[in-house]
Amino acid sequence: MKITTKLWIGLGVLIILSPLGLFLPEHFKAGSAWGEWGIDEIKQLAGYVPQGLKQLSGLWNAPIPDYAFRGWEEKGLPHLSFAYIMSALVGIGVVVLIVLIIGKILSKKGD
Amino acid sequence: MHIPDGYLGPTTCGIFYAVMLPIWAVASKIVKSTLKVKQVPLLAIGAAFSFVIMMFNVPIPGGTTGHAVGGVLVAILLGPWAACIAITVALVIQALLFGDGGITAIGANCFNMAFVLPFVGYYLYKIISYQAPVGSNRRVIAAGIAGYVALNIAALFTGIEFGLQPILHHTAGGQALYCPYGLKIAVLAMAGEHLLVFGWVEAIVTALVIKYLQKQAPELLDEGGR
Repeated sequence: MKITTKLWIGLGVLIILSPLGLFLPEHFKAGSAWGEWGIDEIKQLAGYVPQGLKQLSGLWNAPIPDYAFRGWEEKGLPHLSFAYIMSALVGIGVVVLIVLIIGKILSKKGD
Repeated sequence: MHIPDGYLGPTTCGIFYAVMLPIWAVASKIVKSTLKVKQVPLLAIGAAFSFVIMMFNVPIPGGTTGHAVGGVLVAILLGPWAACIAITVALVIQALLFGDGGITAIGANCFNMAFVLPFVGYYLYKIISYQAPVGSNRRVIAAGIAGYVALNIAALFTGIEFGLQPILHHTAGGQALYCPYGLKIAVLAMAGEHLLVFGWVEAIVTALVIKYLQKQAPELLDEGGR
């Protein structure tokens, strides 16, 4: 088997295992990454919401915010895990497509 | 390490976009003259690997979460400039589609994770593995150390960027406008958690894959045969 084939399979395994990135923090009661708090969290932590942060934080509405489908936030880990895997699939699909296009433009022909 | 919108002031955001533009331009130019057609799938795999490994949030029990970037591995296999492009694509998609990292902070996030990280990792790996045979343990150890140090330097930069905000932007009354934590807290938090936990994740991931490739595809580690 070609090494690239093996690596693609490895990526597939990582996609399927990706919900570990949800389960482990939940299990060990770990919160957000440092400096990536939402507005409510920062109010609790700092005692106030910085004005500029408040204005800018809602600047962009991502279609799949935090790798979860809109409206699924309260649905529990099994649903969130499904959304997480789907997000990984979509994200990797788009990333691979873009890199292949960039690679086609940039790479040397011949060898 | 994905700085969201609102944590960096406009000046910082602008500066990092301005710094990254020439870096991206040079990266394109260098990759154009070095990347072979047969390496393109590996570059796509590298970008996808970086994307998905960042989804594996590792918890500090009762504390924060963090993750590896996978960028040192891409840099070892394809060079730091190609890694810069691969990680940039992953970060831009994370910001645009998933709101992971802010739109205004793409310049800063790319500087930390797509520039500082692959370059520190690549050159450290080069130095430690200097003249080591492709199949040697020194290569595996070099990969691990490069992963650990590179992620920590990237985290240090992120901490400094966060920590400068209250100095740069505050109200007349002294309240911060963006990130509310100063240098001391931000740098201690970012450096501490990465030194203790997340750096090891990048180290282990990088070392294990290099070990695997030594057996499965040693030609990928042989710079001369690239």
